[in-house]
Amino acid sequence: MTDAALPLAKAPARPSRERLVAVALAAPAVLILIFLFALPLAKLLAASLTGAEGLTFVEYGKLLGTSFYLGVIWNSVRLALYTTGIALLIGYPAAFALARARGPVRSFLLACLFLPLAASVIVKAFAWTILLRSDGLVNTLLMAVGITAEPIRMIFTETALIVGSVNIFLPFMILPVYTVVAQLDPRLSDAAATLGASPVEAFVRVVVPLTIPGVVAGVALVFSLAVSAYVVPTLLIGERYPTLSTTIAKAYLLARQPAFGAAAGVVLLVIAVATVAVSARLAKLGGAK
Amino acid sequence: MINRLATLFAWAMAIGAALFLLAPLIVIAAASFSPTPVFDLPVDGASLRWYTRIGQMDGFWPALSLSLQLAAFSTLLALVLGTLAAIAIAQGRLPGAEAIGTFLVSPLMMPGLVLGIALLQYFRMVGFNAAWSALLLAHLVVTLPYVARTMIAGLSRFDFTLVEAARTLGCTYPGAILKVMVPALAPSFLTAGLFSFLASFDNYPVSIFLTDVRTKTLPIKMLQYIEEAPDPTLAALSTCILAATVVLLIASDRLVGLHRMAGTGQ
Repeated sequence: MTDAALPLAKAPARPSRERLVAVALAAPAVLILIFLFALPLAKLLAASLTGAEGLTFVEYGKLLGTSFYLGVIWNSVRLALYTTGIALLIGYPAAFALARARGPVRSFLLACLFLPLAASVIVKAFAWTILLRSDGLVNTLLMAVGITAEPIRMIFTETALIVGSVNIFLPFMILPVYTVVAQLDPRLSDAAATLGASPVEAFVRVVVPLTIPGVVAGVALVFSLAVSAYVVPTLLIGERYPTLSTTIAKAYLLARQPAFGAAAGVVLLVIAVATVAVSARLAKLGGAK
Repeated sequence: MINRLATLFAWAMAIGAALFLLAPLIVIAAASFSPTPVFDLPVDGASLRWYTRIGQMDGFWPALSLSLQLAAFSTLLALVLGTLAAIAIAQGRLPGAEAIGTFLVSPLMMPGLVLGIALLQYFRMVGFNAAWSALLLAHLVVTLPYVARTMIAGLSRFDFTLVEAARTLGCTYPGAILKVMVPALAPSFLTAGLFSFLASFDNYPVSIFLTDVRTKTLPIKMLQYIEEAPDPTLAALSTCILAATVVLLIASDRLVGLHRMAGTGQ
């Protein structure tokens, strides 16, 4: 670094030297991800296509050609669709209130968002198993208000799964929408009103389009997290609702079918990456308008 | 009128969401004081006995120690490597900086389970079977993208000419970095560190494929306890983890401010 103190004398050599320094700074992180991320994924893809006699699509045939495994894929996608839809319905208006909040109310609401986000997924899923038991709090409440006389069976049902999943992934919807809404200029709605727009018109034609980038980001994030969730379905519904994630884990940990597990992993990966890629494309289109 | 209704609706949803998000945390804390072994809420008489049993859970201490080590080491490594890479990217002298930035954060959209099986297969293939090191490397892949994302975002708002300015005014190069760059980047650095520590400490889907009989992380142990014999001891342990998280969050709020983390965290 001694000659760094003489930048003027070294001026002609400067660009290439700085470029070298930049490459050296980025190299360790990039190399780690090449060897521990990109390469293992490439090998996984190769493993899913390798049979006893070389190239084979037999594992993919098993996954995409039998109604049982198509059902498994649909289970994963359905869970993600419900979770994303409900999270958007709750999260979109909630993000607006959060953006308008000030002072201690804002601090409280943000704490309600960050604390669950920081809390362990296993802890939260475990809490829902306690809440949703037939003698759990939710049933006690329902019976107390007279909605039901007998306890409703909730744990190990699809309802329990979706409630838990929305609970765990909701902050990932609220945060991106909140970020966009907080940057909205409140005068925009006023301007629309001055120009004769009704409040509904102003909202639908001015505010909603401006929040689309946040919604797209939130939807992509929640969908890709929910479609690959493992702890939530394992604890809240179990064997009755096999998903791609639980199938992958089973193939590796119990059944010792790595090639099949690899193929299921690739399918899950394609779904998750396609969601993110499509949403990035949508966000770009929205931004270009 | 419609404005009023809309505002009311937004507030109802926000408060509903807040309660819904807090519900499991409150329930777990309440159940940890249960007087009976079946998660009764402590309406008549609380009991602390489950807390005294945490340490006696089979394999608890080694699992806790392993998880803390992995989270601390992987976060430390990720902070150093991720920040260096982010500096190179933000300064704009790196060829293909944008593509490299995308590559560094791309593991974030990867299902954890897929990363887990990919690493399992890869480590087996190259004959690498030291569980502790395998876990550390895997957790580094989990934490590095968090740091890269937060630091690239933080550095993109940093004006590098400030460092030059400080040097013109007589600072040494390390002095300029320390006095100008470090304070400006401290919030991003802290946010990145907090999120990567939690991501590593809570990780289940990657770790599960890389453990052996003696090397099990705390989340793996906890899921095993829940599936085998759930009793309020687990709620007590969960409450302790929650309490530690609350302390971390309060400290970060004092140092950085949660509303700023809401911007940089995602």
